[in-house]
Amino acid sequence: MINIIGKRYWFFLISAIVIIPGIISLIVFGLKPSNDFQSGTTMTLTFKPTVEESALRQSMTAAGYQDATIQHSSSGDFYISIREITPDERVTLQNDLQTSLKSTLTVDNYATTSAAVASQTVRYAIIAVIVAAIFIMIYISAVFHRMPRPTRWGICAIIALLHDILVVIGIFSILGWVLGVKIDALFITGMLTVAGYSVHDTIVVFDRIRENIIKGNNKDFEQVANFSVNETFVRSLNTSLTVLFVLFALFLIGGSTIHYFVLVLLIGVITGTYSSICNASALLVVWENHEWRRFISWIPGVPKNKKPEAA
Amino acid sequence: MRRRENLLFLFVLILLILALCIVLPVNQGLLFHKDFQLGLDLKGGSYLLYQADLSKKDPALSDAQVMAAVESKIERRVNSTGTTEPIIQLQGNNRILVQLPGVTNSSEAISAIGAVGLLEFKQQQLDSSGNVVNDANGQPVWIPATALGSDGTTQEALTGAYLKPNAYVETDSSGKPEVAFEFNTEGAKLFGEITQALLNKPLGIFLDGTLVSQPTVEAVITDKGVINNIPLDQAKILVNQLNSGSLDVPLTVIQQTDVDATLGADSLRKSLTAGLIGIACVALFMIVYYRLPGLVATVALGIYAAILLAIFKLVPITLTLPGIAGFVISTGMAVDANVLIFERMKEELKRGLTINKAVQEGFHRAWPSIRDSNMSTFITCIILYWFGNTFGAFMVKGFAVTLFLGVAISLFSAITITRTFLTQLVNNGMMKNLTMYGEKKHD
Repeated sequence: MINIIGKRYWFFLISAIVIIPGIISLIVFGLKPSNDFQSGTTMTLTFKPTVEESALRQSMTAAGYQDATIQHSSSGDFYISIREITPDERVTLQNDLQTSLKSTLTVDNYATTSAAVASQTVRYAIIAVIVAAIFIMIYISAVFHRMPRPTRWGICAIIALLHDILVVIGIFSILGWVLGVKIDALFITGMLTVAGYSVHDTIVVFDRIRENIIKGNNKDFEQVANFSVNETFVRSLNTSLTVLFVLFALFLIGGSTIHYFVLVLLIGVITGTYSSICNASALLVVWENHEWRRFISWIPGVPKNKKPEAA
Repeated sequence: MRRRENLLFLFVLILLILALCIVLPVNQGLLFHKDFQLGLDLKGGSYLLYQADLSKKDPALSDAQVMAAVESKIERRVNSTGTTEPIIQLQGNNRILVQLPGVTNSSEAISAIGAVGLLEFKQQQLDSSGNVVNDANGQPVWIPATALGSDGTTQEALTGAYLKPNAYVETDSSGKPEVAFEFNTEGAKLFGEITQALLNKPLGIFLDGTLVSQPTVEAVITDKGVINNIPLDQAKILVNQLNSGSLDVPLTVIQQTDVDATLGADSLRKSLTAGLIGIACVALFMIVYYRLPGLVATVALGIYAAILLAIFKLVPITLTLPGIAGFVISTGMAVDANVLIFERMKEELKRGLTINKAVQEGFHRAWPSIRDSNMSTFITCIILYWFGNTFGAFMVKGFAVTLFLGVAISLFSAITITRTFLTQLVNNGMMKNLTMYGEKKHD
């Protein structure tokens, strides 16, 4: 049996190392909204014959779009991001580009969103996240209502969930300023799926702890928790592996539309598995042993706690 | 007990055969001849969200009446363009969603659908001495051409509303396209009076405020007329607008997404390949790690996929790229229930239970975990569906639907199919060797 719970502070440290850079990036750079959440127009263009990026940039400026963001992808097409334009402006722009570049263009992808729709999407996304959080919390407390102190289990599962969300958001914030990755409606979808998956994974472990407590062979919570984590260890890994297989396949060859959506899920499943094995039950133990008192023992009136046996 | 299990086994077999009949491309005529319904991101097309300016509506009508009228007119316009399986939906109280599969890169057709299409007949304004009044740019000022209506009291402005819905494109004597139209009775009366008044003077024909043609009236005309000097593609659009009637309120495009059909086909091919490779990896892993139960789980996975695809076809569920991702991910998750059960079985075997007992205990004890853990996925799926549905994000909705169905069917597959198969194998004494369960023989 591996002493996973005993090394809990090491695991908390690893989580912190992953999360803190992401949070810093989030505070400093934030997230890059796509035009699901911000008004604007994006398009993916292919030219026949192909054109130089600098030439395209010049033509865009000549057509009156000095602020255009232009990215050249490896497959030879151009991703252009500009302000929101009308259908008529689009026709003019396409004609201008074809004339000035002497090349025929194909629009592979075109998306335009007005400010009204964008702000509405933001509002609904926020509502969706909040409603999901509330329902998951209610559900978790319902599942563990037979346990002594059901809220404690619920809160630990939620902390593990927040951990997973923070890891994904942090990484995407970093990807945002390094690679220009943007946040769209599918990102929110991925995040909510990750939330569901994280809880799913945690519940399997918690369920086992509950079962072992009811059996009552061992009175020491820490040992029961560690035993349960070990018992479910193979299952947690195997389940994640099967999901990761399909996600990796989709990530590598599934096409560009869902590339980053799958990346959200990929990171989410990995961190979800990690947090359910290494963090969620460990947090329960920390709480059960009142170990947090160790860290705030300098506050007068807080009773000193004995050092945990295994650390 | 035995009898019940045999019945279940039979049930699963029948289900599989039914599912295969529906899904497999061979024998298409066998059951429910239907194709998979693909979303715009997979077959290419335009997604348009229009917002209506209800402040410009006729105050006598309610918002809902106006929107319903606009919707049916848009529907007529879209249908006459020959688009296959378009989707036209009202969203909220002032928006219209239009999905045009296969239509891309044609902004003109798209703006034509949303344009008001108001045809007006105007005359040049004259001053008291009968000279044409010019605006600041030296252009003549046009005012609506009116005539006394058939009620004999009100001056009616002549517009496209007085046309019969049978306008068509024809070519004039020199082979140029022109739009021919016919007035209804009231229109004919008005036009007669107007042409009488404007003899040898220009008549301005305006579409949505733009002058398209200004013929000089040479005779009193009542029944019909033509609009010439118009390019062929615009002529077709105009005919479409005249026949569907002008929209009651102006519309603006507030969201548009176009996907090229080639890109869509490419995405479909890529995601399917990725899905197949992923599922093959899962199957391989399950068989190598769990041996016989793994093989059974893989068979169950195959049945699961067949049933799910049959449901996609029958309902039908519109498949989108994230939807396919949801389906593929759900197969990964479908295995999860099996993993839980098999791990339980192994534990029970370790405790020294017989294979028979271990199979039963494994299923029995793993069930609460499976049920509890999948519930959270259901909750997120329902919220995602609402999120996707509220603002028309068909990709989000597609993902939520397929993931939900996938997880639901996976529960059924893990509990019913895997269990039935394993029990059959064990009961028939075919599998006595413990190594087939990936477990060492115990002494």
